[in-house]
Amino acid sequence: MPVTSNSKQENMKLIYLDNAATSWPKPEDTYKAADSYARDIGGSPGRSGHRISVEAARIVFDARDSLSMLMGAGNPMRIVFCKNATEALNISIFGLLNPGDHAIATGMEHNSVLRPLKALEKRGVELSIAQCSPEGEVDPFIINKMIKKNTRVIYMLHASNVTGTIMPVEEVGKIAAGKGILFCLDAAQTMGALDIDVLKMNISLLAFTGHKSLFGFQGTGGLYIREGVEAMLKPLLLGGTGSNSEKFEQPDFMPDKYESGTLNTHGIAGLGAGVDFILNTGVAAIRKKEIELSGKFMEEAGTVKGLRLFGPVDPLKKTPVVSFLLNGRDPADIALKLDEQFGILSRAGLHCAPSAHMTIGSFPGGTNRFSFGYFNSMDDVKAAIKAVEELSIE
Amino acid sequence: MPEYYVLMFKSVTGAMQAEKILKKSAIPFKIIPLPKTISTDCGICIRFEAEQLESIKLALASKVEYSDIRKI
Repeated sequence: MPVTSNSKQENMKLIYLDNAATSWPKPEDTYKAADSYARDIGGSPGRSGHRISVEAARIVFDARDSLSMLMGAGNPMRIVFCKNATEALNISIFGLLNPGDHAIATGMEHNSVLRPLKALEKRGVELSIAQCSPEGEVDPFIINKMIKKNTRVIYMLHASNVTGTIMPVEEVGKIAAGKGILFCLDAAQTMGALDIDVLKMNISLLAFTGHKSLFGFQGTGGLYIREGVEAMLKPLLLGGTGSNSEKFEQPDFMPDKYESGTLNTHGIAGLGAGVDFILNTGVAAIRKKEIELSGKFMEEAGTVKGLRLFGPVDPLKKTPVVSFLLNGRDPADIALKLDEQFGILSRAGLHCAPSAHMTIGSFPGGTNRFSFGYFNSMDDVKAAIKAVEELSIE
Repeated sequence: MPEYYVLMFKSVTGAMQAEKILKKSAIPFKIIPLPKTISTDCGICIRFEAEQLESIKLALASKVEYSDIRKI
């Protein structure tokens, strides 16, 4: 990697293992697309009608089109851009639930789902949390049993940002469809890394972020809205959309209803290039490499004395996110040593998911987390193993 | 002077969707700012010559939703 550390060891090679927080580096085309938009185009997408405004609108549309292909949406008009997955989830929660409604979520959810839901619980929304196993796995049968007359939505993440555990999306989608309720998937950790087919999986709403496994920039994300769902989904933001400008009412059509204010076109240009990189490389090829990396790490780390792995140890059951503790030591202390002594960049603590840590038994101290990505190499994995081995006997 | 029609959209995104599909066909057209005397729909529209009317309709059928087609 072309970066050196600021610490004492000036020329230390950095090994980036924090891809679940944000992926880095990005594909070359991601950088180029943002630069080319900013330098050579620069117009406001679809606001003005002159050539660079239309060109900016084309860039935004192409990104929408690529995203639609990647998730099998069937129509790019079903995708709305947001600033991140959190905003998309907030639309999906505050935009849908009213006092008296019942919602279901799992114990592995991120705070981006649980905080809005807990806030609404105080305003009269009923909430049921499906408890998960210590591996982070949820039994669809438990979710099924929780459904009652006033249940409107099941919120579930596709894979945990703490343990990588992949959730039973197809089964839960079938349950929701069978009961005629909505199913909202938080794909912040998975879009681009795992296969997603929103129609086949019976997904009503899918929240994604641009800057993780989609290889785009921070400040981008979005929401897939299944046809018809927009009729019952209120937007969070109202304002200028470049359409219906003579009216004081917010447009009721896709995607303008949810896209008030000028979009992050630089970011979306990069995101579109990131998604195209995935479409060209293939989700299967990305998945294969990530399984090899996390599989190798878990296999070797499992033999390190004093190292405790959390979540599934089968790489097929998870994204390449590995949580661990070393001799019960403070994860923050280990993370600092990994950074300063080994140039390994990781994340320690609760990962904005206290409920997940309660589920796996690592609350409130949290865990160390290595999250591998497509641009990591087997050498990075070997260096990570060597580092935890050395720290374990320290 | 040839006779022109415009294809109008609620959202600019719809206009971009139509443009992308029409670009793959051989049908000549042009994106122009929507004349305000016609409508206050989204700010841009697709202009084409009258003789393309049927092929445009056919190319976009069941793929793109447009709000109106008008003679200008």
